[in-house]
Amino acid sequence: MLRARFLIPAVVFAALVALLAIGLTLDPREVPSPLINKPAPAFNLPQLDRPENTISQKDMLGKVWMLNVWASWCVSCREEHATVLALARTGVLPVIGLNYKDERADGLAWLARLGNPYQTSAFDHDGRVGIDYGVYGVPETYIIDKAGVIRYKRIGAVTPEVVRDKILPLVKELNGNA
Amino acid sequence: MAPELGNFALILALCIALVQSSLPLIGAARGDAAWIALARRAAQAEFLFIALAFGCLTYAFVTNDFSVKYVAEHSNTQLPLAYRVAAVWGGHEGSLLLWTLMLGLWMFAVTIFSRSLPRAMVARVLSVMGMIAVGFLLFMLLTSNPFDRLLPAAANGRDLNPLLQDPGMVFHPPMLYMGYVGFSVAFAFSMAALIDGRLDATWARWSRPWTTVAWSVLTLGIALGSGWSYYVLGWGGWWFWDPVENASFMPWLIGTALVHSLAVTEKRGAFRSWTVFLAILAFSLSLLGTFLVRSGVLTSVHAFATDPKRGIFILAFLTVVVGSSFTLFAWRTSKVGLGGRFALVSRESMLLTNNALLLVAAGAVLLGTLYPLALDALGLGKLSVGPPYFEAVFVPLMAPALFLMGVGPIARWKQASLPELTVRLRWALAASFAAAIIVPLAMGRWSAMIGFGIFLAIWIIAASLVSFRTQLAGAVTGRIGARLAQLPGSYYGMLLAHIGVAVFIVGVTLVKGYEAETDVRMDVGDTAHLHGYTFRFAGINHVDGPNYTADRGTIEVTRGTEPVVTLHPEKRLFTVQNMPMTEAAIDAGFTRHLYVALGDALSPTSWVVRIYHKPFVGWIWGGCLLMGIGGLVAAFDRRYRVRARSYSAQAAVAAGLSPSPAN
Repeated sequence: MLRARFLIPAVVFAALVALLAIGLTLDPREVPSPLINKPAPAFNLPQLDRPENTISQKDMLGKVWMLNVWASWCVSCREEHATVLALARTGVLPVIGLNYKDERADGLAWLARLGNPYQTSAFDHDGRVGIDYGVYGVPETYIIDKAGVIRYKRIGAVTPEVVRDKILPLVKELNGNA
Repeated sequence: MAPELGNFALILALCIALVQSSLPLIGAARGDAAWIALARRAAQAEFLFIALAFGCLTYAFVTNDFSVKYVAEHSNTQLPLAYRVAAVWGGHEGSLLLWTLMLGLWMFAVTIFSRSLPRAMVARVLSVMGMIAVGFLLFMLLTSNPFDRLLPAAANGRDLNPLLQDPGMVFHPPMLYMGYVGFSVAFAFSMAALIDGRLDATWARWSRPWTTVAWSVLTLGIALGSGWSYYVLGWGGWWFWDPVENASFMPWLIGTALVHSLAVTEKRGAFRSWTVFLAILAFSLSLLGTFLVRSGVLTSVHAFATDPKRGIFILAFLTVVVGSSFTLFAWRTSKVGLGGRFALVSRESMLLTNNALLLVAAGAVLLGTLYPLALDALGLGKLSVGPPYFEAVFVPLMAPALFLMGVGPIARWKQASLPELTVRLRWALAASFAAAIIVPLAMGRWSAMIGFGIFLAIWIIAASLVSFRTQLAGAVTGRIGARLAQLPGSYYGMLLAHIGVAVFIVGVTLVKGYEAETDVRMDVGDTAHLHGYTFRFAGINHVDGPNYTADRGTIEVTRGTEPVVTLHPEKRLFTVQNMPMTEAAIDAGFTRHLYVALGDALSPTSWVVRIYHKPFVGWIWGGCLLMGIGGLVAAFDRRYRVRARSYSAQAAVAAGLSPSPAN
């Protein structure tokens, strides 16, 4: 014979599991970035491969583009590298790198070995620009529209799912509306 | 080669675990001696293979094998050897392996120390533990294999998080996990008893020492973690109510309730279903903690890199383990009688009240931990629940529990008399009231909260002394030494642990009430004053560590004209991850800590310096240490071994054998 009160723990636990299952579908880190729908912070940095040339966010006005923060010391960047490379090769949007707190020689060697998805990379040796962009950790990725406004931010590695479900539809929308 | 060997060892351990979790259980149901006997051998072999896998991973770290992805992510050639070993549990995969190793260790201990228990019982216990091992080994092999290769190999590793490069971090996780996982033994004993359908005093006696050891180790593990955050984070805080801290604290609260409930079940036969419930709950909360930390549903300073597959796996595992055990609980305990009856005023009812308070406190912590998640799940926005909530809820719940802690050990079992208790405790009560008024005034300022904290602490100590006197008087007459020796170890353990709680309360109350701090800008040669001490910034110089460079300040502390100490706080920059770390310098005295941390450099010779005077803060960990030692003293009480032996002798006689010499 089963007495109802002994079932209480099982019932409470079932409710807890339901809550946790919903919790799994949410991302607590997805704190809406205060930079979303704000103009991308200004920068003017030497390029990684051509130190005599500079790159600024202004150079990209009129295009929907992607800013990808990376570093040669970052293991997760290696993880996302193939995805970023594949995305860049489709030519859907230009990809600019922000080489964050890295040494120039290390960064160049890394690109030479693993392939270079970037039109160019801004060389942010002391990480000052990273601070303006609110970089918590590498890698981070921003999609910036034609008017220079940040429309999307990704913390952590870009995965093929993110490209398929978030980036590509957004780029399509941003290009279509103009 | 070693990584493949380790991987292979894990797969073998899984195969053995599958055998261990099924055949002995069937054997115990059918009375098949050969299948029952399998449990012990299987558990030992399983431990061996898990240990081998652990050894292989350690070897990969020690030899800087960066072709292993996990090693590349958590180590570096510059990392000192001790930290390369500690880095084995510095990330998700390796800490999971440590978890499993601890489970194996507990299983192995059960095979060694339970020789005198009935074979079928041990077989069931090991079978249940085998099921848990199956879950964790599968989890590791399917979603989080620490032996995954990284090809091509990295030239160098990403380094261990500098926060973890600290001696406290070397010992904290193993202790914590050992405690956490230790509750699996109590859980397995309960499950075995439920399967068997016999929940009696013997079952409680067998699981008691295991539970107490697990509880003690967990206490020490939590204390180590708290001590680590105290001096590594540079803010001098010792508890942050972070989700991960809560994840270890909830099993501790329930474990505390369980330790006491088991005592009642063993001695009085009461609370049987309640004790089983707590045993299931303590381990369930350990599993829930594992889920919370590793699934990424909550943000925390500790959270591991997350992967949705992992979250789904642990949730499924949690559902199977906890769901099936609560179902079994509902099915079986309906038939269990209530056991010994007791009056409203009795030791039983006080322990029950304390149990209920501890359970509600754990519930409140769980609520606060999951509340942000619940709101997010309902689409009501994101928020954080912080210390204000936890302190507001926790203190009122614990205060009556702490008061009862003083009365409980003096009250009689079954029926106690309130007037008699009042008479016996009147001096303890008077002393506590006096201390509540005098101590804060002596410290310089009286406030209700401080007075209340001191009252509770002195109450516990004074009541413990009353209890001790009564026990001594009750012992057979003789010289004092003989009488002291008569009291059982478990009694001394209880006294120690209770006094530990009082010491802990003193620490918390006084440091909260009287700590003083100052943030000052200091040029070389400047002085700052705090609580009668003078701090002179004598200079700063550059030092190189094995994998960091540091600015090392020299601060001379004097009191009046007497030199007290010279402190060397550091600001380290870990070169691989380019991460700055604050290394506070602490002068740890018995009644106060002087805590100095370097802030930011304003110029090469001018720094922000944070100085704290923390009265009695060391007592927080001292109290935890006393609790942990008290638990161990109680767990190793002779009585358990003697009784276990006599049980085996009885069983042997019953089986028609002559009693063999006790092992």
